[in-house]
Amino acid sequence: MDNSVLLKIKKIVGIEHYFDSPEDRISYSYDGTPMLQQLPEAVVFPQNIEQISGLLYLANTEKFAIIPRGAGTGLSGGSIPVENSIVVVMTKWNKILEIDTANLTALVEPGLVTGLLQKEVEKLGLFYPPDPGSMTVCTIGGNVAENAGGLRGLKYGVTKNYVLGVEMILPTGEFLKIGGKSVKDVAGYNLKDIVIGSEGTLGIFSKILLKLIPFPTRSKTISVNFKKIIDSGNSVADIISSRITPSMLEFLDNTTMNCVEDYTKIGLDRNAEAMLLIEVDGRGSSVDEDAETIVSILKKNNASQIRIAENTVEALSLKTARRSAFSALARRKPTTILEDATVPRSELPVMIEKVREAASNFNVAIGNFGHAGDGNLHPTCLTDERDSSEITRAHKAFGFIFNEAIKLGGTITGEHGTGLAKKDFLESAVGKEGIEFMKKIKMVVDPNNVLNPGKILTMKPRCEGTLPSRREQIPDFHAHQ
Amino acid sequence: MISSKDKALLSKYLPGDDVLTQCMHCGMCLATCPTYELTKLERSSPRGRIKLIKSVAEGKLELSNLFAEEMNFCLDCQACETACPAGVQYGKMVESARVVIEQSNIGSSKINKAIKRFLLNSVVANHSRLKLLARILYFYQNSGMRTIITKALSVFPFAKKLAEIESLSPVISKVFSSDGMEEKTLSHSKVKYKIAFSTGCIMDVAFADINFDTVEVLQKNQCEIITPKAQVCCGSLHAHNGEIEKARELAKKNLDVFSGFEYDFLVSNSAGCGAFMKEYVHLFADDPQYAQKAKLFSERVKDISEFLANIEPSDQMHPLEEKVTYHDACHLCHSQKITVEPRKVLQQIPDLKFVPLEESTWCCGSAGIYNVTRHEDAEKILERKMKNLRGTGADIVVTGNPGCIGQLKYGIKKYGLKMKVLHTVSLLKKSMDGKSDLKNLP
Ligand SMILES: Cc1cc2nc3c(=O)[nH]c(=O)nc-3n(C[C@H](O)[C@H](O)[C@H](O)COP(=O)(O)OP(=O)(O)OC[C@H]3O[C@@H](n4cnc5c(N)ncnc54)[C@H](O)[C@@H]3O)c2cc1C
Ligand code: SF4
Ligand code: SF4
Repeated sequence: MDNSVLLKIKKIVGIEHYFDSPEDRISYSYDGTPMLQQLPEAVVFPQNIEQISGLLYLANTEKFAIIPRGAGTGLSGGSIPVENSIVVVMTKWNKILEIDTANLTALVEPGLVTGLLQKEVEKLGLFYPPDPGSMTVCTIGGNVAENAGGLRGLKYGVTKNYVLGVEMILPTGEFLKIGGKSVKDVAGYNLKDIVIGSEGTLGIFSKILLKLIPFPTRSKTISVNFKKIIDSGNSVADIISSRITPSMLEFLDNTTMNCVEDYTKIGLDRNAEAMLLIEVDGRGSSVDEDAETIVSILKKNNASQIRIAENTVEALSLKTARRSAFSALARRKPTTILEDATVPRSELPVMIEKVREAASNFNVAIGNFGHAGDGNLHPTCLTDERDSSEITRAHKAFGFIFNEAIKLGGTITGEHGTGLAKKDFLESAVGKEGIEFMKKIKMVVDPNNVLNPGKILTMKPRCEGTLPSRREQIPDFHAHQ
Repeated sequence: MISSKDKALLSKYLPGDDVLTQCMHCGMCLATCPTYELTKLERSSPRGRIKLIKSVAEGKLELSNLFAEEMNFCLDCQACETACPAGVQYGKMVESARVVIEQSNIGSSKINKAIKRFLLNSVVANHSRLKLLARILYFYQNSGMRTIITKALSVFPFAKKLAEIESLSPVISKVFSSDGMEEKTLSHSKVKYKIAFSTGCIMDVAFADINFDTVEVLQKNQCEIITPKAQVCCGSLHAHNGEIEKARELAKKNLDVFSGFEYDFLVSNSAGCGAFMKEYVHLFADDPQYAQKAKLFSERVKDISEFLANIEPSDQMHPLEEKVTYHDACHLCHSQKITVEPRKVLQQIPDLKFVPLEESTWCCGSAGIYNVTRHEDAEKILERKMKNLRGTGADIVVTGNPGCIGQLKYGIKKYGLKMKVLHTVSLLKKSMDGKSDLKNLP
């Protein structure tokens, strides 16, 4: 990028919020996605919406790209820089602006860490359910941009079910306010649903209004092991069809259980083929009744060991263990490529089998876990990016898994987004027309393709330059070059 | 370009590719990192630092001053290792990066490095010199000279920081434990355990009371205690500050000294020393002469709380009606993964009211010699700890490391809290003695 442009950027945000040292560029070249990275030209921390707007105006005139970024835990490459780009980091916008206990809403800044919001509202007897595995680190802005789910998605839904409104700066620099505290709102197009899950391609959020609900006062957490993996899948299908909606219904296979046990040492059974982590919650005695029904379903499905958590500490340690699953798998091999295939819930047992088939057919190690109750699995390939033949086999295995998921009526990503990582599979999930519709929206909102270009969609003519691929792309940096 | 000298340094000291590629940059460690919390910059986070070290190792980033700055800004508190589900050995990486920095031409000036090296290698590592310096300090602290000099300094605004650092220097004990202790101390009852006791160099001169308390508590728990006169500093301060060769030299000396005695466990009351002595086994894994010795040695190292929590308490405990909270020293909770044991031991004291400390495993800013070498950063980290301590309303805060004790005492004074700081073993001793003189503690 031209030095004069960098100077202008620096002037907009102020020198103390502008970083372009090799060290800073390298440390913003990645997010949580394996194997993808690229250096930005600079990294900035804007202080107010005028500055964000100024940056976007400048990007349109000087033709560079802007990459919004939260905590950088994304798993589809959403906040990874592209060629000729600057990263706009929102983590310092981390205040809770208002908790309205009369209307049960929270107005927050986008850089607020999800787990911190939960802690604060819970002090008031309120509840913000979306709880991605990364919730101690990831931001509300990132959650809205990815429409993140979590362990409690089955009963409580995902991020989009809790967004009442957003304030954002459009790619062309204008300010837009969508939604508000009213629970019902049908004025015009439902813009909210277009920007939720837009992965930072349609605007940069500056404020987010969230819905809160009363905190469930009772809950029971059950962990259960299975000698045969198929029994775990059948249990899930049976629980769902028994008309009970647990707040949590999570699945871990043997590989995942062993890695998690290595990390947490909470006594998971290393020999079981699979386990489920189930939670029912609510406000009265129905919680106990639901728990009893579930236990009988589990017994019928040959559960080998059923444990009900004695207290909240034990329940929390089980859930924390589950949340560490993805990262814990990296204990086996340095590169963990995690996928996000989702199928209708009744097809879960079939999908679990298909993942096993993929692992053996393509000779790769796959650990499988996920939000079983949502039909959302995270088959994770344990590999090593230095071994290119294994990486090729891993990609083939995932191609197979995606195809099977779609054949079963599912989709390629349940919660991690498309970003860079799943772009090639988008068409098979949404169809040609779907892609064209999305492109038209993007083209109107961002005519110069400056905001997070190359993510989700490839615009024509291609103007985002080479997109990040393997790590060899990072050029050498020498202070005195 | 990277000079050939730097290249040689990198390949000699930095860990191999397998250690470096273990991090899958998921970011789960970010929320636990005190330095990332301060700057919100990736380069001050564990994930960012690992990426930088990796870039240096791959020759993609030159050894730069900013690189050195970030490596030294790190507290080496290892909270990120606890948080990391992938089992990344962060401590190993940052410590080796520091070795490279110390030996290269980057980072702080040659003079600063030389002073630090002199203090670490010629004073801390040489116990008689450390004692001499400590005696001088003792005289300074107790002769009224301190008040005069501090007052005189406060006239100059620039000297405020100096005066603050000065007030961090530990209060020197009147009698050093190594002088006041026999090489063999007998048990009060039938001997069940033979204990070798590591006095720790700073503990010995600045916290001798805690050493005396430790020995007494052990005596009352059917232990016979051997305190080898010839033991030296464990080397942890050196290893954490890039002086790995000196650390190895000291470790070898200790291995030789302790192997001359027969004992069941080697007890340490300093979390930093205990953690590092447990590391000896890795330090000498490839050393044909010392590998076996180190293994035997490290296996038997126990923190005092770890040892006491796993035996039947044999002496009568007397009630202490105090409100007590516990601060987890990084080198106990993150390096040694000891969190349950000290709490268990404290709960053996009748009538004690235990109040949990919010963010108890968050570093207090002491971090070895960090509060001296990076005083301003340490002050910010201390602030958070003090806020949490105030929230407990406790009368006493208990912890298991001399550095933390010093830092907490300093913070409590600075923030005007009414709270005493005690080592776990000292509170136990008070309960065993049955006469609570807690109100008059210094
Ligand atoms: C261990 C682990 C477990 C995870 N578990 C889950 C899970 O259970 N469920 C789930 O759904 N996801 C999960 N994720 C993925 C990830 O945490 C989520 O996608 C999360 O929402 C990303 O938030 P972030 O703040 O890190 O955003 P980033 O990764 O920084 O960014 C994500 C996207 O949001 C955009 N963005 C960020 N801030 C803004 C803003 N203010 N305005 C506009 N766009 C913005 C970025 O451009 C990018 O496209 C997990 C990740 C990890 C590493
Ligand atoms: S150190 Fe561990 S927790 Fe931190 S980014 Fe790397 S793998 Fe994730
Ligand atoms: S050791 Fe402590 S300060 Fe250093 S990176 Fe890890 S958490 Fe941060």
